[in-house]
Amino acid sequence: MSGAPLGAGRHLLSVADLGAEGIEEVLRVADAFVEVGRRPIPKVPALRGRTVVTLFAEESTRTRLSFETAARRLSADVMSCPMAGSSVKKGESLRDTVETVNAMGVDAFVVRHPSAGAPAQVAQWVDAAVVNAGDGWHEHPTQALLDCYTIRQVLAERAGTDPASAGTAGFRGLKVAVVGDVRHSRVARSLVWALGALGARTTVVAPGSLVPTSFDDWPLEAVTHDLDAVLGDVDVCYLLRLQLERGAGAYLPSVREYTSAYGLTARRAALLGEGAVVMHPGPMNRGVEIADDVAELPASTVLRQVRNGVAVRMAVLFLLLGSGGAVEDPAAGGAGD
Amino acid sequence: MLSAEDVHRALVRIAHEIVEHNRGLQDTVLIGLQTGGVPLAQRIGRVLEEIEGATVPVGMLDVAFYRDDIGIRPVLPEAATDIPGDLAGSLVVLVDDVLFTGRTVRAALNALTDYGRARAVQLAVMVDRGHRQLPIRPDYVGKNMPTRIDEQVDVSLDGVVLGDVVPR
Repeated sequence: MSGAPLGAGRHLLSVADLGAEGIEEVLRVADAFVEVGRRPIPKVPALRGRTVVTLFAEESTRTRLSFETAARRLSADVMSCPMAGSSVKKGESLRDTVETVNAMGVDAFVVRHPSAGAPAQVAQWVDAAVVNAGDGWHEHPTQALLDCYTIRQVLAERAGTDPASAGTAGFRGLKVAVVGDVRHSRVARSLVWALGALGARTTVVAPGSLVPTSFDDWPLEAVTHDLDAVLGDVDVCYLLRLQLERGAGAYLPSVREYTSAYGLTARRAALLGEGAVVMHPGPMNRGVEIADDVAELPASTVLRQVRNGVAVRMAVLFLLLGSGGAVEDPAAGGAGD
Repeated sequence: MLSAEDVHRALVRIAHEIVEHNRGLQDTVLIGLQTGGVPLAQRIGRVLEEIEGATVPVGMLDVAFYRDDIGIRPVLPEAATDIPGDLAGSLVVLVDDVLFTGRTVRAALNALTDYGRARAVQLAVMVDRGHRQLPIRPDYVGKNMPTRIDEQVDVSLDGVVLGDVVPR
């Protein structure tokens, strides 16, 4: 397993590092953890004695809770290090904080930071595994993985097959529209890369001011400003949150105008083809990028994405912390014992 | 070492032994360990249905997350876990292809407790090859087969083969 993209001594910093094979492995292992989540006691002893630290320099309740739930269900010990308060105010640098926490004996750091590249920096300073839980406008790999897991699950249900046996074949040629504030969205960046690796055909739909300055290396089918024109022909409509707190408002004439051109209103939802899936990473701005009632449509996967998030993060932590080591003793394990 | 007929005969005998030992099939659940034990458990289930006329639930269990060598060697779940309902009060017969060190069975016993408190757990294996590292013994054995520790035992419904370990 030494060739695996996720394994002992490795990190999850970017979806691009994983490749199609790595993404497939995460999704496959996540299947096993979805089953764990359905049990009367949804907990396994796999990472007993390991310590996972969530280091969030930017508040995000849902992602932090999702990672902490995942770590606890693997029986790991969890330390939470909210960086917004504490020692940062006293002038301690990120490096000092990280090295201090690392000295307590930590196996994995889950890092959320407003600056792109911060998790990669942390990975240089510690001997623990580092998981990028969102860095600036750069990447949010576990969100992309849980979105891919959700798409794969929905495709398998539609086809009446077992998600495990279907693998990721369903992504080939799958038409996905990623709609909204792509410029400020690390979710979009990771998702577009993941979908590209799996062979999906992704179209970005956004106002000119909310597309990134350079798309050259993105695996995209098209970039368009006309949402109505693409809705009838997509399998997945992925709505991004308008990140008003990151200054997205300054790029728009008004939020209302954004909604009228790019919001999935009830009128627009009617343009979606039969079987199209509506996704959103949350938290939703109801009445802005998504209509008040669209999230309740049967085709919306918003809460399913949250549920799958725990299983996918369990898979990532297990692959990083639990699947390492070398085979030495034939009696130590392997087939047929 | 064993032909397909030998394996089938052994499974039929094990099915009879399960009925005899437990005086029927009250609350019995068969659980095959992934991956080698699952086809054997399914075959035993069909034989039990033929001889007793009762349907016995058959589940499957992957013990990867309960292994004691996580972090020491590569451990990944190989296949699905599917346990039929709550195991509280049931008589579980674990089925595996080869009993070797006993560590897989130890992991399976731990996993089972997360599905409810079974009334009893018994162990059926196609081949007991020895070299136990834990105090675990089978209740039903297809064939006792003394082996060298570096030999490999391959069990399928097509038979049992003994060979050298394939270098990894």
